[in-house]
Amino acid sequence: MSDLENLKTSLLAEIAAAADEPAIEAVRVAALGKKGSVSELLKTLGSMTPEERQSRGAAINALKTEVTEALAARKTVLREAAINARLAAETLDVTLPVCSSPAERGRIHPISQIVDEITAIFADMGFSIAEGPDIETDYYNFTALNFPEGHPAREMHDTFFFQPDENGERKVLRTHTSPVQVRTMETQKPPIRIVIPGKTYRQDSDATHSPMFHQVEGLVIDKKSHVGNIRWVLEEFCKAFFEVDNVTMRFRPSFFPFTEPSFEVDIQCDRSSGPIVKFGEGTDWMEILGCGMVHPNVLRAGGLDPDEYQGFAWGMGLDRIAMLKYGMPDLRDFFNADVRWMSHYGFRPLDMPTLFGGLSA
Amino acid sequence: MKFTLSWLKDHLETDATLDEICERLTAIGLEVEDVDDKAAYKPFVIAKVLSAEKHPSADRLKVLMVDAGGDKPVQVVCGAPNARAGLVGALARPGTYVPGLDVTLAVGNIRGVESHGMMCSEKELNMSEAHDGIIDLPEDAPVGTPFATYAGLDDPMIEINLTPNRPDCTSIFGIARDLAASGLGTLKQPKAPDFAVSGETPVEVKIDLDDENLCPGFALRLVRGVKNGPSPAWMQTRLKAIGLRPINALVDITNYMTFDQGRPMHVFDAAKVAGNLTVRRANEGEEILALDTRTYTLSPANVVIADDNGVESIGGIMGGEHSGCDENTTDVLIESALWDPINIAKSGRSLGIITDARYRFERGVDPSYMMPGLERTTQLVLDLCGGTAAKAKVAGYKGYDARVVDFPFSEVKRLTGLNVSVEESQKILTALGFEIVSGDEARATVAVPSWRPDVDGKADLVEEVMRIHGVDQIRPEPLEHQGAVNSRILTTLQIRTRTAKRALASRGMLEAVTWSFIPEDQAKLFGGGKPQLKLANPIAADMSDMRPSLLPGLLTAAQRNADKGFGDVAIFEVSGTYEGDTPEAQRRVAGGIRRGTASLAGAGKAWSNAAKGGGKPVDVYDAKADALAVIEACGLPMGNVQVEQGGPAWYHPGRSGTIKMGPKVVLGHFGEFHPNTLSALDVSGALCGFEVYLDAMPEPKKKATRTKPALELSPFQMVKRDFAFVVDRTVDAGTLIKAATTADRKLVSGVSVFDVFEGPSLGENKKSIAIEVLIQPVDKTLTDEDFDALTKKIVANVEKSTGGILRA
Repeated sequence: MSDLENLKTSLLAEIAAAADEPAIEAVRVAALGKKGSVSELLKTLGSMTPEERQSRGAAINALKTEVTEALAARKTVLREAAINARLAAETLDVTLPVCSSPAERGRIHPISQIVDEITAIFADMGFSIAEGPDIETDYYNFTALNFPEGHPAREMHDTFFFQPDENGERKVLRTHTSPVQVRTMETQKPPIRIVIPGKTYRQDSDATHSPMFHQVEGLVIDKKSHVGNIRWVLEEFCKAFFEVDNVTMRFRPSFFPFTEPSFEVDIQCDRSSGPIVKFGEGTDWMEILGCGMVHPNVLRAGGLDPDEYQGFAWGMGLDRIAMLKYGMPDLRDFFNADVRWMSHYGFRPLDMPTLFGGLSA
Repeated sequence: MKFTLSWLKDHLETDATLDEICERLTAIGLEVEDVDDKAAYKPFVIAKVLSAEKHPSADRLKVLMVDAGGDKPVQVVCGAPNARAGLVGALARPGTYVPGLDVTLAVGNIRGVESHGMMCSEKELNMSEAHDGIIDLPEDAPVGTPFATYAGLDDPMIEINLTPNRPDCTSIFGIARDLAASGLGTLKQPKAPDFAVSGETPVEVKIDLDDENLCPGFALRLVRGVKNGPSPAWMQTRLKAIGLRPINALVDITNYMTFDQGRPMHVFDAAKVAGNLTVRRANEGEEILALDTRTYTLSPANVVIADDNGVESIGGIMGGEHSGCDENTTDVLIESALWDPINIAKSGRSLGIITDARYRFERGVDPSYMMPGLERTTQLVLDLCGGTAAKAKVAGYKGYDARVVDFPFSEVKRLTGLNVSVEESQKILTALGFEIVSGDEARATVAVPSWRPDVDGKADLVEEVMRIHGVDQIRPEPLEHQGAVNSRILTTLQIRTRTAKRALASRGMLEAVTWSFIPEDQAKLFGGGKPQLKLANPIAADMSDMRPSLLPGLLTAAQRNADKGFGDVAIFEVSGTYEGDTPEAQRRVAGGIRRGTASLAGAGKAWSNAAKGGGKPVDVYDAKADALAVIEACGLPMGNVQVEQGGPAWYHPGRSGTIKMGPKVVLGHFGEFHPNTLSALDVSGALCGFEVYLDAMPEPKKKATRTKPALELSPFQMVKRDFAFVVDRTVDAGTLIKAATTADRKLVSGVSVFDVFEGPSLGENKKSIAIEVLIQPVDKTLTDEDFDALTKKIVANVEKSTGGILRA
C-alpha cells in the first residue's frame, strides 16, 4: 500500500506547492488527466479480482477523491489570491478630485428665484402671473393710471422716452409694472387676482437705484375687497416671503395717482446689526411697499364701473426685497454678470422654491 | 417741507409732545422724514470770560478763565482773535459733541496748558459760516443758562415728506389744520389784518393771455414809505431753522408767507418798475436776469410779468434781479397771483428752476386765499417796515367755485372695511374744511374747500375720513378663498421661461441679467438699431438702443470676467429682446454663451476633464447641445425639430446652425462667432453661443387624456450593425442619418454616428462617416438573409440621398 501512500504524499505536496492556476492545472493533468498517475491506477481496476478491487480499488478511489478535493481547495485558494492580487494592482487614488456635477455649478439669478418664491406664495392665494411689454405707450404707463398730463407725480418718474412717431406720440420704457393692471382689466373679466413681476426703467443710478430694475405688483378686482383684505394679503405675504412667524406692519396714508386711498407700508424690523435686517423683531420701521384701493379712474380706464367693482393693488421693488432677504449690498451688481457674484448670490437649479418644501433651503 | 415746533404752535394750541406730534403726522399721511429735537445744543452754556492771558508758549493762543455759572472758573485755551476778558459767549465742556467740527471734546493739553472746553464760533455750532471769531453776545446774556434757549436754537425742527397731492400742507397753517382735525389740539384762527388804506396803487395790471387759466387772478398793492432793513430776529431765526437765508425784511416776509400760509408772494421795488405791468407770454428768446443771478432765455411757453423795461419776473417761479427789493427800497409793490399748475411745472422744468414758489404753484395754491394773502402780507410789511398801504389792484380774479361730491357714507365701509359712524364722518370732514351742503343719514352733498384741489370724488373723501379716523383701526381680513385646490396658474410661456432657466443652470451655466439697452453699434451688429428702438434720453451714450439680441450683453460680460482672470465662463439669460416697439415685437429668448474651456463636463485643466476628453476650447457643438437642451426641456417633440447649416451674419458662416420646426418656424440659432463680430465687440477667446426663441414655440396640443400611449416591448433581441460610408466633404451627417433611418422604418430603431474621418486615403474632398444602426426585430428573429436584405436597403438609400459608397 505504500506506493499509494507515497503517491498521495507526493501529489498533495505538489498541490500545496502549486503557486498559481497554471501550476495547479499541471498537477491536475499529471494526476487526473488521461495519462495521469491516478488515472493510470484507476485503469488497473478492470483487471483486478473482486477481492483486490475491494481493498486496493477502494484505496485508489479514496486517493482520487482526496486528490480531487485537495485540487479544488487549492484552486479556490489560488483564485482568491489571484483576485486579490489583481484588485491590489487595480487600486486607484480615490482622493483625486472629480468634476462637480453641472447642476451643482450652475446658478439661477436671485431675481428669477425671488419671482419663483413670490409665485409659490401667491399661487396658494389664488393669484396668477401676468406680464406686459417693457416698451409702453404713454396711455398705459400714465394716462390710464390717472396721472394727469403735466402732474408733478409724472415728473417724479424719471421716464425714459423714445423718439416721437409721425403722430408726435412717444413711447416710453415702462416706469412701473402698473400698465399691466389696465391691460389685464381690458382682457379679463373680474374677479381678477394677478401678480405682475417684471423689468422697469427709470433714469436714475446710484447704489440703490439702477436705470433698469424689477418690480412686482399685485391686483385684486372683485365686488368686495377692501383695505382690510390688503392688510391680510400683505401680512401673509411678508410672513411667508421673509420666512418669519410674525410681522408687524404699519400702514401710512400716502399718495399714488392710481390708488385712492393710498398707503405706504412699513415693516417692523431690527436694523441694529448693521446691514443685516431682521424682520419679526426690533423697533425700527422700514418702508417696503406701496398699495391702495384701485382709483375709480383706473377702473374706468379698464372698462369697469367703479360703483360695481372695487379692488386693490400693491407694488414693491423685487431687487429690493431680494437684497433685504438675501443681503446683497449693491443693486448695481445685479446687472454686472460677474461670475463671482452670480456663483455667490445665485441659487442652485434644483433648489426650487415651493410651499411644501420651503421657499429657501 | 420743514418747520419748527414753535412755528407750528403759532397755529395749533396743543399740549402734545414732540414725539406725539410726529407720530400723529405720520399716521395721518404727513410722513415725518426727519426730526431734530436740537438736543445736541443742550450742553452749550452761556459763559463769561473773566481773564484772558497770553499762552506761555504760543503767541496766538490765549488762556482764558471762564465763568460758566459753576463754583469755579473753567480754564480754556482759545485761539480766537476776539477772545478777551469780559466777552460773553458759548462754552462747550469736555464730552460735548460739536456739530460744526464733528468731534466730541475731551480735556485737552495745548502746549503744556490744560483746556477744559471750548468757546465756540457760529460755524462750530452750525449757525452760520462765521468763523472769524468766537460768539460775542451782549453783556447782559444770562451766564450759566443754556445758550440754545437764548439763541433760539432749541426749537425742534420737523421735516415731512409731502406727497404731491397735498398743496394745503405746503403751509404750516395747513399742517396745523390737519393735526387739529385729528384731535391733537385746536386750530388758532389768524388775527384779521387791520390797517388803513390810503390812495390808489398807481400801476395798472393787464392780463394779456390767450388762455385765462394761465393766470386766473393777479392782485397788486403799493406800500409807500417802507424802511427795508434786516427782518427781526424771531423771523430770521425761523427762516434759518428751515434752511432759508435771511435777505431783508421785504424778501423775508414773502418767504415767511410761503411757508406759513403756503402762499408765495412777490415784491417789486416800485421805483424800478417802469410803467404798467402786463402778464403775458414771453417772447421767443426774451431774457431775464433772475434773482438767483442767472440769466434765463424764455419762450412763449413761459408766462411772465413785464413792464416797459421788459420782463421783470417769471410768473410763479422766480422774480427778476432788476426790480428786486434791497435796503434802498422805499416803495414796494406786493404781488399775490394765481398761476396754472401745469404751465408752472412745465416752465420750471424746461428752465431748470426749482423754487419754493414753483413747488407750491405746481401743486396748486389756494385760489380763495389770493386776497387774504395779500392783506396778511401787507400787514407784515406795515408791522416790520412801516409805510402806508394803497388800495389793491385786482385783475382777472373770478373767485372759487367749490366742487361738490355726492358722498354715500357707506363708501367708507365699502372701501376700507372700517365702521365709522355718520356723525364721525361728518365731524372729520367739517374739521378739515369740507362743508356738508345737504344730506341725510345715508348720503351728503359735500363741498370741497378751495385748498384741496386733490379731492374730486367719493374715494378721496373716504381717504380723508379714514386717515383722520385712524388707519391703524383697520384689521386684517382674509381674502375669500376661491376654491379647494388651485389649478395651474402659469401660462405655457411662463412655464417654458422658468424651465429654460433651470435647464441651462443644470448644464453648469450661470444666469445673468444684463441691460435691456446696449450701445448703438452693438445693436446694429446684431440686426437692431431701428430708430423706434432708440432712447431719446439714454442715461449713458452706451445704453442707447433696445437690444435685438441677448448675445452682445453676454459676450461683453464674458470678456469683463475674462479681464478679471475668469476666462472659462458659461452664462445665460432668459429675457426680452426687441424687434419693434409694439408688445408683439418683444421676444422671449433664452440665450447663452460659453467661453474658454467651460464645457458641460467642466472647465479648466482638471485632470478629470482631460481624462474624459474635456478641457478643450468650446465649439459649435457645445452651443448646439445647449440650444437643443432648452428645446427639449420646453417639451417640444424633438422628432419634428431639424437643424440646418448656417445662421445669422454674426455667427461663423461655416460653424453655425439654424434650428427649425417645420419649414417656417425658426426655434433658434447656435454657433461659433464671426471674427468680425468678436473684434467689433472687442472680445476674444474661444466662444460659442446660442439663442432659442421661446415665444416661437407652438403651444402643446391639448390632450384628451393624461394616459401615456401603451408601451410595446419586442421579445426579440436588438441587434447593432456598423456601416462606414465615403461621401463628399460637403454632405451633412444629418442627411446620411435620415437616409439610414428611413431605409426601413419598421426595423431601424436608431442611428448614431460614431466616427467622422477625413484623410488622403479617401480621395480629395471626401470624408468617411461611420454609423451604428440599431435593428429591432418586431415579429421574428432575423435570418442572415433578412440582414443581407436590410443592409442592401440601407446602403442603397444612403447612396441615393448622399452619393455615399459603403467603405470596403
